[in-house]
Amino acid sequence: MSASHDDHHHGPAKGLTRWLYTTNHKDIGSLYLWFSFAMFLLGGTFAMVIRAELFQPGLQLVEPNFFNQMTTMHGLVMVFGAVMPAFVGLANWLIPMMIGAPDMALPRMNNWSFWILPFAFAMLSSTLFMDAGAPNFGWTFYAPLSTTYAPSTVTFFIFAIHIMGASSIMGSINIIATVLNMRAPGMTLMKMPLFVWTWLITAYLLIAVMPVLAGVVTMMLFDIHFGTSFFNAAGGGDPVLFQHVFWFFGHPEVYIMILPAFGIVSAIIPTFARKRLFGYDSMVYATASIAFLSFIVWAHHMFTVGMPIAGELFFMYATMLIAVPTGVKVFNWVATMFRGSMTFETPMLFAIAFVVLFTMGGFTGLMLAITPADFQYHDTYFVVAHFHYVLVPGAIFSIMAATYYWLPKWTGHMYDERLGKLHFWLSFIGVNVLFFPQHFLGLAGMPRRIPDYALQFADFNWISSIGGFLFGASQLILLVVVIKCVKGGKKATPQVWEGAQGLEWTLDSPAPYHTFATPPDPKLIHAQ
Amino acid sequence: MLPKAKLWLSLIGAATILFSTQIQAAWELNMPRGVTQISRDTYDLHMQILWWCVAIGVVVFGAMLWSIINHRKSKGAVAATFHESTKVEIIWTIIPFVILILMAIPATRVLTEAYDSSESEIDIQVTGYQWRWEYRYLRKDSDEEEVSFYSILSTPRDQINNQLPKDETYLLDVDNPLVIPINTKVRFLVTSNDVIHAWWVPDFAVKRDAIPGFINEIWTIVEEPGIYRGQCAELCGIEHGFMPVVVHAVEQEEYDAWYAAKQDEARVAREMANNVVTMSESLEAGEQVYNTTCIGCHQPNGTGLPPAFPALAGSSVVNGDLEANINLLINGVPGTAMAAFGRQLTPVQLAAVVTYIRNSFGNATGDLVQPAAVNTLIQAAQ
Ligand SMILES: [Cu+2]
Repeated sequence: MSASHDDHHHGPAKGLTRWLYTTNHKDIGSLYLWFSFAMFLLGGTFAMVIRAELFQPGLQLVEPNFFNQMTTMHGLVMVFGAVMPAFVGLANWLIPMMIGAPDMALPRMNNWSFWILPFAFAMLSSTLFMDAGAPNFGWTFYAPLSTTYAPSTVTFFIFAIHIMGASSIMGSINIIATVLNMRAPGMTLMKMPLFVWTWLITAYLLIAVMPVLAGVVTMMLFDIHFGTSFFNAAGGGDPVLFQHVFWFFGHPEVYIMILPAFGIVSAIIPTFARKRLFGYDSMVYATASIAFLSFIVWAHHMFTVGMPIAGELFFMYATMLIAVPTGVKVFNWVATMFRGSMTFETPMLFAIAFVVLFTMGGFTGLMLAITPADFQYHDTYFVVAHFHYVLVPGAIFSIMAATYYWLPKWTGHMYDERLGKLHFWLSFIGVNVLFFPQHFLGLAGMPRRIPDYALQFADFNWISSIGGFLFGASQLILLVVVIKCVKGGKKATPQVWEGAQGLEWTLDSPAPYHTFATPPDPKLIHAQ
Repeated sequence: MLPKAKLWLSLIGAATILFSTQIQAAWELNMPRGVTQISRDTYDLHMQILWWCVAIGVVVFGAMLWSIINHRKSKGAVAATFHESTKVEIIWTIIPFVILILMAIPATRVLTEAYDSSESEIDIQVTGYQWRWEYRYLRKDSDEEEVSFYSILSTPRDQINNQLPKDETYLLDVDNPLVIPINTKVRFLVTSNDVIHAWWVPDFAVKRDAIPGFINEIWTIVEEPGIYRGQCAELCGIEHGFMPVVVHAVEQEEYDAWYAAKQDEARVAREMANNVVTMSESLEAGEQVYNTTCIGCHQPNGTGLPPAFPALAGSSVVNGDLEANINLLINGVPGTAMAAFGRQLTPVQLAAVVTYIRNSFGNATGDLVQPAAVNTLIQAAQ
């Protein structure tokens, strides 16, 4: 008994079982990150099919039904498979090291919440090979298209969503338990790195809304198989109810995908500006305000369903209000850079691009909040451009920034800076060529989710497709950089970056398998 | 120098030809100003918010760029130590708030205007179907002949499949456009028969979801005669990209004449249901109905897309009992994508399409269906 206990401290087990049985936060973090990258490539492949079909007017490559399956699967895989697991992976790796804890509070549940994910996505993806085809009703799966009129594979989709929801809820409980109970002595709440703060708030959002998503898919399941009529007008149900319930989940979900990104950028910009983060307290309060507001703006996704004018006005004003705390964050980042001593390594490049391009997505978000203007924008490529600006050079750029920033801490090697910069510039150019013209397409009247389009949309579509292919191909560079860095490279120091602050930088690089078995010296804990 | 310039010239020339021949349409960048008061107000609102965003962007990104250029380590910049300022933070919370109020005022005004659908002169019920629109002009009194018709994409399949060159109005043409008079308040009562669609004409700034079980109101007063085109905006299934909206806005006299002609047409169609049709007429008419209504799911050669959309070629229903086959078209198959066409198609069209599918794709029942027989079954179904 005691012998095996000692073994436990020497390092990880060997072989496949290490990964299957692991309860180590670093191992589980790596699993999440690799899984997320695999899903990013899968969802990206679906996107390439979409952009290839839209390269020219006319139907060339795929049937409209398959096109709809691609848009649906692209959305689901990217949201639930790529972005969310990446943030959970970063949380696993970083939160214990940042707060001076030895591991996550609930390590076995941690293992479980990861290992059910591959099954959920295997089940979802398997529908592509079934006769009835994959879900084809959009990632927002509006009823009754997703119930009465859905392919029979919708049941697999519902079950997959349930598993993903369970995984997210377990992950969030774990993060909350860890942050609230396992901080090292001296690590008060207002000394926590912002990444920990934003994740704490995100975890509460997840616990609040994932059950709502589970509820809405369960109502669908009952409508499809058990003869209820929640969303079936012919049976006295209400198709608009679906949208209210879905977006009550869906809007906080949007912030779930961006709040941890705020935390990442708030760590990287001070490091490379060699200057403390401006307005730490206001960052925390702004995050909390955004989280609160996210619960009372859901119907801005539904301005055209025919709500009474009082409802339209309420949701317009509430949505506009989000611009205030979001603005505070952007101003704080700029103020952090102002009069700093900046260098521009790859993480900083991604972080700066995040601030600029996320803010552009924020501007179009503000435009979309204006109800009468939204009547024109709604369900067009303007919306597609908006949320891709927030999610790709927003959320995904932040994940890439985080990867480059903490990669030396994880692997013990410096990554190839030249390849990193190449990856950044190709991604930056690609993403803008891909999504910027979509604003024009939307304003000129191109609806989203169509496999073919009128001739006046042809020019911007082929430009957008070329940007898409460039962006897609560039992501393979990231894979090369990470593999090279895992295999070897210049030895990283514990500090890694000259201006880096925080407990994780007091550890060796690579971080030992077990860290902070005894709490760190409280003198090492500084105000952020 | 000279050969180089020549090379450039020819490159530019080639590019010009490429762009101009590929697409003759302009590189449309912005929202249309449109032809209604609401659409112009919406456009102005859109531009106003856009300029606010541009102005804020210039300030924020300008400050950032200035820091990036001047405060870099390679230029010897030494980091300052400040990290908060309550005064500055209060200022940049209040200023955006004030800007938001300035944006909200005109937005509220335009929205209130757009929501006033009272006192319309013409009411039209717009119903979405997979994948067509139905326009039903509401009658002032019930003795009048009712004008109601379907509006279906008329772009030939061969253009979509790249076998024919594409028209200028590719995917934006229908067989029967909606016709409305100019300078008249027209109210649309938007609903759906199956899934959610959205009826949208950008030039009117009119977009409303068509939701089964709900009737949404929206209105317009078009000020210039013309042909205005839009599309279904809400994902509604396979053919979502292929259900355009086309509206002809015409002078009052022209509208009156059109409306009277439509009423005559309706009268004739009602009477036609009693006519006897021949096999060749039926096959020809049936093919037309098939190509506009059934082809999306059941495919050009009747092979369908099983299992969601069964094949008609060799199908046991199509080759089985005739009456059961007709009833299936009239009532649809609940719980599947097969809609009830009893109200969507006229008895003449239904008879023709049944004759067509029972004698095509290798099916050879030899049945010839008369409109009167279909009419009897429709009456029985109600
Ligand atoms: Cu539609």
